[in-house]
Amino acid sequence: MYKINKENLSALFSCIADANELYVPCNINGSVNFAAWDEEQLVDLDTLKTVKSPKDAFFPQSETLYSCKRNGKKLSITPEELQNKDFVVFGMKACDVRGLAVLDKVFLVDPVDSYYKARREHGIIVSLACSQPEEACFCNVFGIDASQPEGDVVVYMIGDEMYWNAVTEKGEKLTKQVASLLTDADEAKVEAQKASIKEIVSRLPYSSLSLEGWGKDAVLLDKFNSPIWEELYKPCLACGTCTFVCPTCQCYDIKDYNTGNGVQRYRCWDSCMYSDFTMMAHGNNRTSQMQRYRQRFMHKLVYFPQNNDGMYSCVGCGRCVDKCPIGLNIVKVIKAFEKGGNR
Amino acid sequence: MQRLIDRAKELLASGEVARVLGWKKGDLGFNPEPSYFETAESLDNDFVYDGFCGANLSKYMIEASKKDGKTLVFLKPCDTYSFNQLIKEHRVDREKAYIIGVGCKGKLDIEAIKAMGVKGILEVSGADINSDCETLTVKTLYGDKEVSYNDAMLERCHVCKGKEHQICDEVMLDSRDTKDAERFAEIEKIEAMSPMEKFEFFKKELSKCIRCNACRNVCPACSCRKCVFDSNKFDEATKANVDSFEEKMFHIIRAFHVAGRCTDCGECSRVCPQGIPLHLFNRKFIKDIDTFYGEFQAGEDSETKGPLTAFTFDDVEPSIVTERG
Repeated sequence: MYKINKENLSALFSCIADANELYVPCNINGSVNFAAWDEEQLVDLDTLKTVKSPKDAFFPQSETLYSCKRNGKKLSITPEELQNKDFVVFGMKACDVRGLAVLDKVFLVDPVDSYYKARREHGIIVSLACSQPEEACFCNVFGIDASQPEGDVVVYMIGDEMYWNAVTEKGEKLTKQVASLLTDADEAKVEAQKASIKEIVSRLPYSSLSLEGWGKDAVLLDKFNSPIWEELYKPCLACGTCTFVCPTCQCYDIKDYNTGNGVQRYRCWDSCMYSDFTMMAHGNNRTSQMQRYRQRFMHKLVYFPQNNDGMYSCVGCGRCVDKCPIGLNIVKVIKAFEKGGNR
Repeated sequence: MQRLIDRAKELLASGEVARVLGWKKGDLGFNPEPSYFETAESLDNDFVYDGFCGANLSKYMIEASKKDGKTLVFLKPCDTYSFNQLIKEHRVDREKAYIIGVGCKGKLDIEAIKAMGVKGILEVSGADINSDCETLTVKTLYGDKEVSYNDAMLERCHVCKGKEHQICDEVMLDSRDTKDAERFAEIEKIEAMSPMEKFEFFKKELSKCIRCNACRNVCPACSCRKCVFDSNKFDEATKANVDSFEEKMFHIIRAFHVAGRCTDCGECSRVCPQGIPLHLFNRKFIKDIDTFYGEFQAGEDSETKGPLTAFTFDDVEPSIVTERG
């Protein structure tokens, strides 16, 4: 365990950025999101949750996959270069790190997504323990410990100091790189903070949310055919806010951009809330907003766990709770089924 | 609030209306959701009307107009402008609506409270419609805080259009004057910028856009059955967030499309997850329309033709754009 005075964080970032690309939560025009660090950026480690999750660093909202170019009768195809430099994502929270474990289940199984895999291999995660969990947080419901995130290096903000603990090989390597800025520390204060966070988590409004009836043992058709969906979806605006701020939503669309003498094949995040979601040649297999709304929650709470040894594809970050324009969210869905007697 | 519930129950029981469109209590005390009520029991259990009921229910009346029977809808003064405009555009059926013009004391923005550094909000008291609306007591995980009601209001309430309902069958509950800023003050500041400064300002704001379409989907003026931006005939997926040019294109086209029809209800800015002040675009159009065609407020009534849909010989020439620089 090491520590560094908060006053020296800028020096730390500068030291990390010397050898790696560095992404940190920054306040850009009033909105806090992960962004490439430079000295001009307004780093904000106090805001608990960035608007968008940091999944962009591994699975960008839009990315080119390959380009085709026509030259007379010749056609050349150039795949996009894979991530080949190490980069550091600093300040990911416990929920966000677990979000990557969900994405891994999708992108690292056969057929492996080489773009994502390269980023995962080169990405170094410095996670930040949550010192002040907020009302919409419910990561504990999914077995996540906000006080003890996963990651390559775990840092803790305590008073004027930041404590630094490397937990993986990648983390050790990064620690060596910044060693001159760190001093040895004992764990007493960190342990005290962990205990106090656990106490706060126990008082969160959603901390005792029950997932009974969901997950790998859910009776799929009972849930799917429940009349409760008809009630729940009605106010939904069909915007994509919940899906785009979510750390685990993984659906994407692939399209060709006509460059005039070729195409750029790119992918971009898709949203099950959108009318052209999973559109195929024959049309769309979900024709109503109720079906699209149901898809989002069935995927997170039933289909995904049933296909992945019980792992939910929700990490309880609460971004959808905070950001839905009209106050809908996954917690209300879980509660409505409990109230409606469909567990 | 109980009076609203009682009146709604009365109208349901008499068969005058088949359902009630209002707001349902949230699970955090400050996240109510728009909701349909069909029974007295559900009204008793779930109906709420307080400072957090900012959602404009007018647009939901497009769908409600397709249902059998009348829908009782609660509209705040500013929501009634949107409803009138939707009548004008033949998107809602006046005969299918029983409108209770509900009083408003300014609507609250939970993001504004959070921006004051209030974290872990568990409960907000002082937000109910019967309160004096001076101070909110916010119970949080980290102790109680007091914030001023006015400081916690949505931007649109600071430039409130007034307490009068433009269309309704009856009025219930009192409203309060909340206007404490000039509607076009922000626009004038931007107008005073140099072209490059303006460009930079909008580039910075719009590059925050994540293409979630919340602004479009909540907008009562955006009522096309199929939006041009949902077409799959574009080369570019409109949900792609490739560069700031596309975001600008989306927002500028949207602003043009709602010009002359936007009532300045402020829902676009309220719902933007990234806090982009989208209303500034629309308000600039409104200001220009006022300047060129005489003062006009969309949604003030449901019949008059808007300046951009009626031609007169006195209309301003397109060359005004170059003349003004």
